Amino acid sequence: MDLTTFLQNCVTGVSLGSAYALIAIGYTMVYGILRLINFAHGDIFMMAGYFTIFAITNFMLPWYVAILVVIIATVILGAAIERAAYKPLREAPRMSIMISAIGVSFLLVNLATYLFTGLPRSFPKLGFLQHVYKIGDVSAPVVTFITPVITIVLLFVLIYLVNHTKMGMAMRAVSKDYEASRLMGIEINTIITITFIIGSALAAIGAILYFSPRPMVYPFSGMMPGLKCFIAAVIGGIGNIPGAVIGGFVIGIAETFLVAVFPSMTGYSDAFTFVLLIIMLVFRPTGLLGENITEKV
Amino acid sequence: MRKISVLLVLVLVLSAFMAGCGGGSGDADEAKVIKIGIFEPLTGENGGGGAQELDGMKYANSVRPTVTIGGEEYTVELVISDNKSDKTEAATAANYLVDKGVSVVLGSYGSGVSIVAGDIFKEAGIPAIGASCTNPQVTKGNEFYFRVCFLDPFQGTVIANYAIQNGAKTAAVITQLGDDYSTGLGSFFETAFKDLTGDANSIVSSQTFQQNQADFNAILQNVKSKNPDVVFVPSSITTAPLIIQQARDIGITAPIMGGDTWENATIIENAGEKAEGIVLSTFFDEGLADSSPITKEFVEGYTQYLAGREASIPAVAALGYDAYMVALDAIERAGSTEGAAIRDALVATKDFEGVTGTINFDENGDAMKNMAVIKTVMDGKFQFLQVVEVK
Repeated sequence: MDLTTFLQNCVTGVSLGSAYALIAIGYTMVYGILRLINFAHGDIFMMAGYFTIFAITNFMLPWYVAILVVIIATVILGAAIERAAYKPLREAPRMSIMISAIGVSFLLVNLATYLFTGLPRSFPKLGFLQHVYKIGDVSAPVVTFITPVITIVLLFVLIYLVNHTKMGMAMRAVSKDYEASRLMGIEINTIITITFIIGSALAAIGAILYFSPRPMVYPFSGMMPGLKCFIAAVIGGIGNIPGAVIGGFVIGIAETFLVAVFPSMTGYSDAFTFVLLIIMLVFRPTGLLGENITEKV
Repeated sequence: MRKISVLLVLVLVLSAFMAGCGGGSGDADEAKVIKIGIFEPLTGENGGGGAQELDGMKYANSVRPTVTIGGEEYTVELVISDNKSDKTEAATAANYLVDKGVSVVLGSYGSGVSIVAGDIFKEAGIPAIGASCTNPQVTKGNEFYFRVCFLDPFQGTVIANYAIQNGAKTAAVITQLGDDYSTGLGSFFETAFKDLTGDANSIVSSQTFQQNQADFNAILQNVKSKNPDVVFVPSSITTAPLIIQQARDIGITAPIMGGDTWENATIIENAGEKAEGIVLSTFFDEGLADSSPITKEFVEGYTQYLAGREASIPAVAALGYDAYMVALDAIERAGSTEGAAIRDALVATKDFEGVTGTINFDENGDAMKNMAVIKTVMDGKFQFLQVVEVK
């Protein structure tokens, strides 16, 4: 592999990984607070793709306004799902709420098929994001270069939010002990809603960054990215925010280089991600950055 | 309260059944009807192409809405079943048509779903006529499956021929794993290209991707590093724009070529100016209108029927039209609505004048065709390049 090919693969892998990372954060945060794997998260991401299409193609909003509208619409969707499908099950066994999440996932996919038809729709061009940019022989759309930057900036904002604000403190408290923090006067429902808002907003940004260089949205486009980001969250240590980002990068880069190094294995790049999950679960079930929780019997 | 609601549900369910039965038994004393099943993907990755093919069949139905069987006039009723571009759904969709008691089936766009449905139609003794499914496996070993288009070995040769005529010495091939159309056409192209160049190493890269994959950067990067003269990507119209755009984005400048599926305006809409210069082979072009009076009549009539919905007549619509007309011709000659009789009449089809050329079926049930059209995209439109005849 010559240097140009190597660099081009790095750019692709890092960029794909950062888009995964943004979605993985949503999984990991919800898990941290609710101990719930939000299976609908990938489909919220898909819906954000459709919202972008409507905002730009149908309502002809300028792209900077559209991005804002898409984030708000996705946040409303995410919060509404939490209120309607998860909140009534707060006291129910954890399995029930997970089944509810799977139900929401199917609902969103079928709703999208029903409302927007199963035909793929083209993702609009967002300003300068899709202009092809060249550094030496490495060529890629602008969005590929800025995705990692946006992800890192958002990660630091989020870490600051969690570690240095009162709301973040409440979030950490809820994730440590749900009952105790309620007794301490923390508004659990508000904290959970905020978690979903942050997760959905990141999914919306992730969707814009993911679909711009892969400009096609259809009802199942949230499926694979959703699964992979969930795996990214597990690999990083589910419940751990920097871990989710690292997991996203690991999967994005590994996937790209698997194909680059073994061109005959291109058909197996998805399978590889799942193999990675199995290896991780066998040797380090808590993930790269996950803490070992000693269970009291 | 609960009892009442249970009762209410029961009553509703029962009444639904009654209504269903009532509808079924009322047909007998109405006008004579013969049902033709349409087995097409209307949603999923091939939804766009399936809809175009269906349009052609609907138009054919509007041109010839009745058929004479044994001196009696029968109205043709189209029973449409969506196979959702999915092999699992295809079985359900095919069984639905069998349950509806159709006499003959038309379709499908996409070879994979046709192969799955083939056995179901064969067991039910219903003849099927494929319009644009080009994989040899569709009709092979199935005496009930026919088709009116050319086959992938032919198509692969045509494209390889064209590439070499235009100076290509090396080629890269990218196909979709598990998709019979894509892998089939890809390997026929590879064989033809190696034969024609006489160089076993002329295929510099042969890679596969998964259904619903959206990121092709890594695959394309491998292609770029091998620097081939052409890139051949037989794929669905969902995948094609993604590959075309990503290839151009990372700086692949070689011509990108595809098969008959690519002749769909969605590709130009989605890939935009990056679709310029792609090359594809297909079955039909409006430019052939003068070749026969039937073709001319079709081109004029269909252009009116489309009323500007498409920039030009899609080849699959012409094939859909031909499939319908061949079916009606066979039904008339069979003088029966029975599947087996219609099948025998189809086998006996001789020199049927279709808009895409004369149709005679060989022993596999494939139309013997020797002509393909090469098109390209220029100025945001499909443009006719040349007609290739291979014998």
